[in-house]
Amino acid sequence: MLQYVAYRILQGLVVIFLVSVTSFGIMQLAPGSPVDILIGEAQVTQEQIDAITAKWGLDKPWYEQYFTWLKNVTTGDFGRSVIRTGVPVRQMVMEAAPVTLKLNALALLISVAIAVPVGVMAAIRRYSKFDYASMVGSTIGIAMPNYWLGLMLIIVFSLKLGWLPPYGSGSWQAYVMPVTVLAIQEMAILARLSRGSTSEVLSQDYVTTARAKGLRENSVIRRHVVRNALLPIVTIMGYRLAFLLSGTIVVETIFAWPGIGQLLLTSINRKDYQVVQAIVLLLATIVVVANIVTDLLYAYIDPRIRIR
Amino acid sequence: MAMGLSQEGGLRGEAASTPFDGHARRTERSRMVQRFLRYRPGVLGGIIVVSLILIAIFAPLVAPYSPTEKVGVRADPPTSEFWLGNDEIGRDVLSRLIYGARVALVVGIGAIAIAVTIGVLVGAASGYFGGKVDTLLSRVVDTLMAFPLLALLVTLSALFSPSLRNVVIIIGVTVWASYARLVRADVMSLRERDFVIAARSLGARDSRIIGRHILPNIVGPVIVLASLDIGSIIILESALSFLGLGVRPPTPSWGGMLSAGRSLLRSAPHIAVAPGIAIMVTVLAFNLLGDGLRDALDPRQRD
Repeated sequence: MLQYVAYRILQGLVVIFLVSVTSFGIMQLAPGSPVDILIGEAQVTQEQIDAITAKWGLDKPWYEQYFTWLKNVTTGDFGRSVIRTGVPVRQMVMEAAPVTLKLNALALLISVAIAVPVGVMAAIRRYSKFDYASMVGSTIGIAMPNYWLGLMLIIVFSLKLGWLPPYGSGSWQAYVMPVTVLAIQEMAILARLSRGSTSEVLSQDYVTTARAKGLRENSVIRRHVVRNALLPIVTIMGYRLAFLLSGTIVVETIFAWPGIGQLLLTSINRKDYQVVQAIVLLLATIVVVANIVTDLLYAYIDPRIRIR
Repeated sequence: MAMGLSQEGGLRGEAASTPFDGHARRTERSRMVQRFLRYRPGVLGGIIVVSLILIAIFAPLVAPYSPTEKVGVRADPPTSEFWLGNDEIGRDVLSRLIYGARVALVVGIGAIAIAVTIGVLVGAASGYFGGKVDTLLSRVVDTLMAFPLLALLVTLSALFSPSLRNVVIIIGVTVWASYARLVRADVMSLRERDFVIAARSLGARDSRIIGRHILPNIVGPVIVLASLDIGSIIILESALSFLGLGVRPPTPSWGGMLSAGRSLLRSAPHIAVAPGIAIMVTVLAFNLLGDGLRDALDPRQRD
């Protein structure tokens, strides 16, 4: 087990290193010289330019620049926003992160609470009306663009009925639509995966054995089927994080939530590349860490994984 | 319904293959067609996809008006003259929708072609050679998969000028990782199969073994994944256009139409409703087609 943990963490570190190189590389693709990108349109003196050049090593070759950048970044210094002059990028990200976290955690919780039981139920009652209805729903949910769903909800619940605020994040009512949009997208996928995973377990020999030894159907489902079917779903959750975070970019923009997604888009539109780079790096690192944690968790729960 | 609700069957009752290779191949092909036809939603998806392609190709003949010129009253709701109403500057929404199918399909099919090419090459090299090559390529794939796709796409689109060609390339080079994973796993198991070992012991070179014996066996799963992915790519493309980072106006794109309709949600909701339904129908059609193709080409994958 220890060997597996060490191997998996090492693998993750390599990926995080490559993620950092990619994030650094993206900045190099940006039009204009690095100095221009770092000062933006602010009025600066030659001394200030020299200070920035020295801090980020901009007169050095690119690989030295990378290591200077990496050193700054690992100490939490992502530079300063060129638009909100002087505000450290870290502060902007820290202000936005809790908003995104609240939104996505809530959406994930709700989608798991609804979609997993629905998927399990659909597999148990295979080819029933319930199965058919839930899978039609999930197929439509997957095909529906989330930004369109957001706009439709605004038309109905804000503009026609006047029940919910069309944007903002002040009251509890403001949570309803963005969380619904994020959750529906996730639910559509999760219900399908839970159904697939459950029907696979249902065809296993140990389920037949459990039934053959006279267990009541209820306990067969609860003790043998559901427990085993949930395992692969847990791992998939870790990998779904990247998709969920993709969704949040659109949802925060539509409902004007001041989270990471909105910050990323406004920074892109204002050419505030320092912020863009920090967010891209942060999101990818979170995904890598989440994947390692899920894998280790999975290996801990299911010993078969460790022996490979 | 899509996954797994298809009727069981496929291999029962078919004639056993004969010693004549041509005949055997023909029965296998007709079996595939039969399996495909048996899954009705897949057939429906196929019909919609073909119709969409024809509509996109013959857009100038199908569209009642010009997609880029003002032909009616600004933001007018649907009438008998303009079936889906007019948009924010008086253009015909239906005609724009029809031309918008071109952008959606060109991006969907173009980007998937790039992704499949890169993914199959990387995955085949990774799975066939193993060792250091595999370790290196696998970490590259992991890295690509770590970035939330839309975050990477909006960043890259902002750095390059947003043209149709650039959107196709940007999406193509960011979504290939799943193909590499799929192909790698398949190639690894094929590599140990008897017919590959036989070819190798007869002295076949690596390029011949990969090209003649391994790749033909992974075509099925790749086609299935590709047809399912075209839908998600169309959603990504329209998301980019919706966020103002995709294909530039006045070129009609479904995401761009949605974005324009957003500012008129109260007075003219029809502008935003129509493109969303077009996207949904298109994506649904590709997904159903993909499910049908899975039944036909890759029956083991069915759950």
